[in-house]
Amino acid sequence: MEFADTVNETANLKVLALSASISSNPIVGVRETIPTYRSLTLIYDARLVRGSVLAEELMRRARSDASYEPPPGRRFEFPVFYGGEHATDLEELAAIKNLSVDEVIGLHLAGEYRVYLIGFAPGFAYLGGLPEILHTPRLATPRQRIEAGAIGIGGRQSSINSVPGPSGWRFIGRTPYLLFNPLRARPFLLRAGDRIRFRRIDADEAAHLDERAGQSDFELVGTV
Amino acid sequence: MAAALSVIRSGPLMSIQDRGRYGYRSYGVSRSGPVDRDSHVIANALVGNDATAAAIEFALVGGSIRVDEDVLIAVTGGDCKVEIDEKPVLPWQSHILRAGQTLTIGLLQGAVWGYLAVSGGIANAPVLGSRSTHVRTGLGGLNGKALAAGDILPLARSRTPLEPLILTQPYVRRPGPVDVVPGPQDDYFDTEAWKLFLTQPFQTTASRDRMGMVLSGPRLQAFKGHDIVSDATVTGSIQVPGSGKPIVLTADGQTTGGYPKIATVASSDLARLAQMPNGSTFTFRAISADAAEEALIYAQERLEAIIAGRRRPDDKGSRD
Repeated sequence: MEFADTVNETANLKVLALSASISSNPIVGVRETIPTYRSLTLIYDARLVRGSVLAEELMRRARSDASYEPPPGRRFEFPVFYGGEHATDLEELAAIKNLSVDEVIGLHLAGEYRVYLIGFAPGFAYLGGLPEILHTPRLATPRQRIEAGAIGIGGRQSSINSVPGPSGWRFIGRTPYLLFNPLRARPFLLRAGDRIRFRRIDADEAAHLDERAGQSDFELVGTV
Repeated sequence: MAAALSVIRSGPLMSIQDRGRYGYRSYGVSRSGPVDRDSHVIANALVGNDATAAAIEFALVGGSIRVDEDVLIAVTGGDCKVEIDEKPVLPWQSHILRAGQTLTIGLLQGAVWGYLAVSGGIANAPVLGSRSTHVRTGLGGLNGKALAAGDILPLARSRTPLEPLILTQPYVRRPGPVDVVPGPQDDYFDTEAWKLFLTQPFQTTASRDRMGMVLSGPRLQAFKGHDIVSDATVTGSIQVPGSGKPIVLTADGQTTGGYPKIATVASSDLARLAQMPNGSTFTFRAISADAAEEALIYAQERLEAIIAGRRRPDDKGSRD
C-alpha cells in the first residue's frame, strides 16, 4: 500500500500508524508487516486471507482517522567518534563543502534525525533530517568493507551501518552502539519512527563504550 | 554423544537451510530458507522430518558426506547422480545411510538447486528463530558460512523408524510462461516496455546466487527513471536497474531496494524459474493477484497430495 511517491514525514507517519494498527489489532493470515518511507508491504498466507479482502481492510483502516495514531517515536542519543580509521570521508567531505572538519561535525550534530526505515541489511537505519548543506551524492565506486557502527551520509540521508559490508555512502565517524547483534537479548536497537540525536565523543570514550556496548544485555535507554 | 554429519567434500554453495527466518523483514533481515521450497519440503518428508527441519541445500553439484549413526537420507531438487559407497541410488526417495558409509551427490541435471535431508534434521543453533544460513550477513548455519570440507554438523534424533520411502506421485514442474503479477512500480514502464516484457524471450544467466538472478533479454527502460524512494522488496520481486536487465530476488534477497519493480513472480512459479539452468529461455505472462493466489493454493494442495502419497517401496505402486 503506497501513501506517496516521495519522502515526507506525513506519509511516513501514516505508514507507521497503519503498521501499528496491524500490530495491535492483527489481521488473520498476515505474516509480516514491513513499513518503509512511504509504503507498507504485507506478506500474507493466501490460504488464510485473500489479497482483495486484505486490501479492503487496509483501506478501511487507513481511512478511519481513529486508527491514525502512530506510536510515539522513542528518542535516543548516539555517541559518535568523528575521526579515526572509520571516518574515511570526513576530510574530503569538508573539502567538497568548503568547510572545516569541525564545521562538518557541528552540522551533523545539529540535526535531529528520524528513523524512516530499517532495511537493506539487518538493523540498518536510514535517517531523515540531515541538514541540507551536508547532502552529498554517494561515491561512484562503493567501498568493499565498511564496519558496523560507521556513520554515513548518502544523498539527503544519514545512516548508521549495522553489519560490515560494501557501501557507497560517505563515512564520517563511528558509534560504539551496534544496531544489530543477534546474540543480544534485544537484537535490534532501533525501529522505524525512532528519533535520534548524536553526541560527539573522543577516542577514549569510544573505546570505553565499545566494551559496554558489546555485552549481551546491552540495551539502549531512550525517552518517549 | 549426539549424532553428527561430516562434510567430506562440498559443492560451491552448500548451506544449511530450514524453512526460513520469518518475522524480521521489517528489521532488514532476509527470509533465507530454501530457494526451492517444494523440493526442500519433499526431501524432509521422505526422511520423516517436519517441513520445518533444517536440511542441506546445494547449487549444481553436491559433494560427499558421512554420518556416525544410521540415518535416512533423501536428495531432491532435480535429477542427480547419488551414490552410497559408490552404489547408485535414486533421488526423490529416501535411503538408509549407515554409519561410516559415504554418500556422494553429483551434478544436478535440468535443475540448479538441490536438497539433502537427513532424518532428524540438522541441529545447528537457531539464530533469530531459524537455522537457515544467510552468508552475506553471517547469520545462522554453521558460523554464518557456507559449508566446507571438514565441517561437522550436529543431527537431531529422528522419531521415525529407518524405513525408506518413495513418492507414488512424482513431483513435476509444469512448462510454459512464468507467471507474474504486475507492480508495484508497473507505472514506471510504458506500453512499449511492457510489450517487450510480456512478449520477448528472456534467458537465465550465470549471474545468479541465493540472493537473486540477473536475466538477459530485451532492455527494459523505465521512462520514470530507475530510482525510486527505497521500499520493501519480497522474494520474487523483479527489479529493473539502469542496465535494463531485470533482477529476480530469491531466498536471500535484500528486504528493501531503490530500483523500480516491474512485477512480482507468482509465488507458485518462483521455484520453477529459479530451477531453470543457465541459458534457459522463457517468457513472462501477466496474471492478476487473485489468479496468483489461486495458483499458489492449488500448488500447495498438489504438494500436500504428493507428500501424503509417499509409501514404502514394497507397498503398491512405484515411482515409475
